[in-house]
Amino acid sequence: MNDITSISHAGLVTGDGIDRALLLGRPHRHHGLQWLTAGIVLIVVFLVGYSLVTNPRFEWGVVFGWFTSQRLFGGLLRTLELTAISMAVGIAVGVALALARLSSNFVLTAVASFFVWLFRGVPVFVQLLFWGFIAAIYPRISMGIPFGPQFFSVDANTLITPFLAAILGLGLNEGAYMSEIVRAGLLSVNRGQTEAAKALGMRRFTILWRIVLPQAMKIIIPPTGNQTISMLKTTSLVSVLAFPELLYSAQLVYSANFKTIPLLIAASLWYLLVTSVLSFGQFYIERHFNRGSAKSGQMSALARFAEIRRLWTSKEEVRP
Amino acid sequence: MTDVVVEARGVSMSFGLVQVLKGIDLTIHRGEVTCIIGPSGSGKSTFLRCINQLETLDGGYIMVDGQPVGVKIKNGRLEAQTYAEAARSRENIGMVFQSFNLFPHMTVLENVCEAPIRVKKEKREVVRKRAVALLDRVGLSAKAHAYPAALSGGQQQRVAIARALAMEPRLMLFDEPTSALDPELVGEVLDVMRGLADAGMTMVVVTHEMGFAREVGDHLIFMDNGCVVEQGDPKSVLRSPQHQRTKQFLAKVL
Repeated sequence: MNDITSISHAGLVTGDGIDRALLLGRPHRHHGLQWLTAGIVLIVVFLVGYSLVTNPRFEWGVVFGWFTSQRLFGGLLRTLELTAISMAVGIAVGVALALARLSSNFVLTAVASFFVWLFRGVPVFVQLLFWGFIAAIYPRISMGIPFGPQFFSVDANTLITPFLAAILGLGLNEGAYMSEIVRAGLLSVNRGQTEAAKALGMRRFTILWRIVLPQAMKIIIPPTGNQTISMLKTTSLVSVLAFPELLYSAQLVYSANFKTIPLLIAASLWYLLVTSVLSFGQFYIERHFNRGSAKSGQMSALARFAEIRRLWTSKEEVRP
Repeated sequence: MTDVVVEARGVSMSFGLVQVLKGIDLTIHRGEVTCIIGPSGSGKSTFLRCINQLETLDGGYIMVDGQPVGVKIKNGRLEAQTYAEAARSRENIGMVFQSFNLFPHMTVLENVCEAPIRVKKEKREVVRKRAVALLDRVGLSAKAHAYPAALSGGQQQRVAIARALAMEPRLMLFDEPTSALDPELVGEVLDVMRGLADAGMTMVVVTHEMGFAREVGDHLIFMDNGCVVEQGDPKSVLRSPQHQRTKQFLAKVL
């Protein structure tokens, strides 16, 4: 600090009562309000922590006993499987719907709009119940010529297992939401990109797959990450179909041993853990699709954290 | 007489109720540089975009290399081309845009290689070699692995020219290629275009650069209000315009 001011002293205007040497420094910052908020937060954290430790009804021993148990772990795997497949179905349906919405074919546009209206308008919980009770509406599902010969016919309950009902309910509902996300992404790509690709003689599919979609991904990925995290937790609704995903596995245990709260905590800890891992993955996917842009405009919290860490460590290294 | 590359007769087009082209008749010959000038809104860019079907005609016809644009005659009936047929005819026409329109998610080299690999299904190594040579020709071989965002406007436009040339087009369309550039970057793009003209490329250039039109152009077309008002040898049109509208326009821009 001293050497900087002494170098800059030469040629400073004096005599008007304003100390130019002080102006060369950076203004002093007041952290009073931050200390106050930190104090309040500390007190609250302490109180919550104290109750977590001292309240015997949390039964932490039971929580961690079941946390790593075979039954919850099996439930977790089924939850992850449901999340992955439902999101895959949702993204595929969403892309198809978005393309239909944006096509010049009026019939396709109308059908896609109707699908989005229907599947976004009915609660996903109700949709899951409908798929679960599909046999009550269509006892047999068959394929063939309408009002003509059937190629095969199968009992609805055999075909639509609780797992398939869950995939259909979650995936189709997700597709309706994803279609809006994909559509926004496609519309965000400058029209000049399509024109340049057309002028080079590219076919429709090449333009979509090589030029428009990769650029749309920048817009599509962040909300899709959000949807995936949301889906992870929405799968817990599937417990209503008696499919043993994470929550239903926990319910099965506590309905037998009555350790309700500890098992709900154990399940919640898994949800939190997986959500954290997903957020982390999202950060890297976003970075991949931001390549080529001079500076990624908006940073997610995680990206900001990484940036701050980078700045901090580089600052440390510069210091002697 | 050199052979005809573009033949336009009675070309008209409207955006909604506004008629932007009102019967354009034009002939463009092989190896010629045709410059189209005129005030903004005169329809010059729209006409250029009609040549490679970025816009659809409402009346008249355009033929490129002896083939009608956007339509085909089948069993004595006029039918619209399919998307694939239109794409195939665009392969032979290069286009350079005012706003460059480079693909921002690809490096310079990938931008140049993309269409020959995806559209013409050429071998990667062959295209790569040609792309490197083209980048060298526009003076940007050092930037092959940079992303467009890291380039200046002039450099981006030169890449865009290389990208169009990679398809080995028989005709190049330039839609105000220097209008979005800072003044000190205009020269480098015009130099590349001049080199292209010297190499015998057939070019149609919509431009506000009267110096370029005078020195490089073989033919000058002045358009106003959707019509071709005056055309001829660039030097004589620029020196002694015949029509009142041409005189007024040139008085403002020269």
